[in-house]
Amino acid sequence: MNHWLTAPILIPLLGGLLQIFMTYAPLQLRRTLALATTVMMLASALVLLGLADDGSYRVYAFGNWQPPFGIVLVLDRLAALMLVVTGILALFCHIFSTRGSDGQGAHFHALFLFQLLGLNIAFLTGDLFNLFVAFEVLLIASYGLLMHGGGTTRTIPGLHYVVLNLVGSALFLISVGMIYSVTGTLNMADLAIQVPRVSPEDLPLVEAGGMMLLVVFGLKAAILPLCFWLPRAYANATAPVAALFAVMTKVGIYAILRVYTLVFGDQAGALANLGMDWLFPVALVTLAAGVVGALGAKALKALVAWQVIISVGTLLAAIGLSNPAGTSAALFYLLNTTWVVGGLFLVVDLIGNQRGSAGDKIVTAPKMHSRTLLSVLFLLGATASAGLPPLSGFFAKLLILKAAVPGVEMAWLWSIVLVGGFFTMIAYSRAGSIVFWRTVEGHVEDKGQLTLPVTVSASALIALSVAIVVLAGPISRYTDATAAQLHDPAGYIGILEMPSTQEAQP
Amino acid sequence: MELVFAITIGALTGSGVYLLLRARTFPVVVGLTLLSYGVNLFLFSTGRLVTGGQPIIGSTGTYTDPLPQALVLTAIVIGFAMTAFVVVLSLRSQADTGDDHVDGLRESPENPDKNGQGASQ
Repeated sequence: MNHWLTAPILIPLLGGLLQIFMTYAPLQLRRTLALATTVMMLASALVLLGLADDGSYRVYAFGNWQPPFGIVLVLDRLAALMLVVTGILALFCHIFSTRGSDGQGAHFHALFLFQLLGLNIAFLTGDLFNLFVAFEVLLIASYGLLMHGGGTTRTIPGLHYVVLNLVGSALFLISVGMIYSVTGTLNMADLAIQVPRVSPEDLPLVEAGGMMLLVVFGLKAAILPLCFWLPRAYANATAPVAALFAVMTKVGIYAILRVYTLVFGDQAGALANLGMDWLFPVALVTLAAGVVGALGAKALKALVAWQVIISVGTLLAAIGLSNPAGTSAALFYLLNTTWVVGGLFLVVDLIGNQRGSAGDKIVTAPKMHSRTLLSVLFLLGATASAGLPPLSGFFAKLLILKAAVPGVEMAWLWSIVLVGGFFTMIAYSRAGSIVFWRTVEGHVEDKGQLTLPVTVSASALIALSVAIVVLAGPISRYTDATAAQLHDPAGYIGILEMPSTQEAQP
Repeated sequence: MELVFAITIGALTGSGVYLLLRARTFPVVVGLTLLSYGVNLFLFSTGRLVTGGQPIIGSTGTYTDPLPQALVLTAIVIGFAMTAFVVVLSLRSQADTGDDHVDGLRESPENPDKNGQGASQ
């Protein structure tokens, strides 16, 4: 039993509770403490990444209950990777929020930390019902964050988001109930043992439960028929919140990756690779729809929000290939897209602030302030998102394309990813040339210069795409190892035999 | 008992889904509540329906599975909090848009496109 596993959960929990009790403390003090909490959380995530890199599974059993009877936290390479991705994104979003958007509501820092708490529980848990609880924790914090800052434009997208997710939670409970009623367990490792043993007459029940689970995760990940809430909600949220939400769709993808490789993987007998034949075409259609949405976007924030959907489509298409190379490529792409899209949300917010009344709408406007820096950041972000060389998006897409085995799948994947990338590039260049180059006579009132923290946090997230290229070797070694670990569920199942009690002998 | 139980769950879920599709915030909230009742009963039944059994193995001949009861308890607490939130949000939406339609039909005529707003706040 390794107590470090609780650190990414306990740190934001305690930090968030502290924020609630300090609601009336000076804003500067609350900011400092909240930022310190995020930094500590990131540090603990990095420690866990170092631990997980040896390829073994680490288990923390709450109350020392032997799995599958108690709730466990499980750390493997995938969980550690997701923790670090979230931690780095959260740190820069948090720094960005100190520009002033955190002061628009009383509880920004508490909600932000609870959001991280929910994300971290979701990544670490080894129990299906606990995953539901984690989803609810991160959702209720996200409801608050989405509304943060007030304004009537946020109410309606927020209402849609909340109602949709409540329906999603109901579906989640139904599918969990169906699976439990047959297998009698909710521990993921135990499920992986029980699902192949299900008797043929009970099989449809588990199958229906598994497919409904895919719908729920698809709603979180925003795949095509379930993605129309996303652009409006993200485009209306404040910038640091929208940037943090870049990782929210990845939770759905993480859950798909975890459950459908472990529980419904190759070894699941009659239910092997359940839903995977659906996932691939749906992902490609999602990608195409995202590109169409990006082409039609009327504001920069909406454009970036559609980019989130494009990323989801690309990621799930790579996962839908269901081979280790595809999974590894998807994880590599996930690093790139989460950070860069988060950074783009921040950059777009800065652009909106420098253009006066035009805001982030893609219209001609008087020449903006700080044009050089912001246009370079936008260019880098757009290049990395659209997947052009020399930035990380290109290498990630290359890995995805290489992962396809020749055949029908490969033809579809190559054509849609490449044509989609081309049209994404058109959408970005159209937006960029209108916003940065096509200026009209006039003067924009100065709405405040760029301050160091916001510029640094926005540029750092974009610059991470350069860092990913520089470190491509170690990163792809790690993602390859992660994919190999994911596609070999025997190791995960092994946590059930792990001796969790270490009592002192009398 | 199984039949009554199934019919109850079906009726609750059916009316919940129907009300959800009404596109007015009050029916939607009631629909979500009914749906969560139906789901909770369903979750409860996944441990099989037993009358008079104790949730402890070995104490009596028939026992009832305690785990779904714990799950239902968790789901009720979470559902309660979410319902409270969605009620407040619906009231807010009613106050902001002057309409209880879930899409807030009365948009101000000078800003028909909502996508571009909220960025410069």
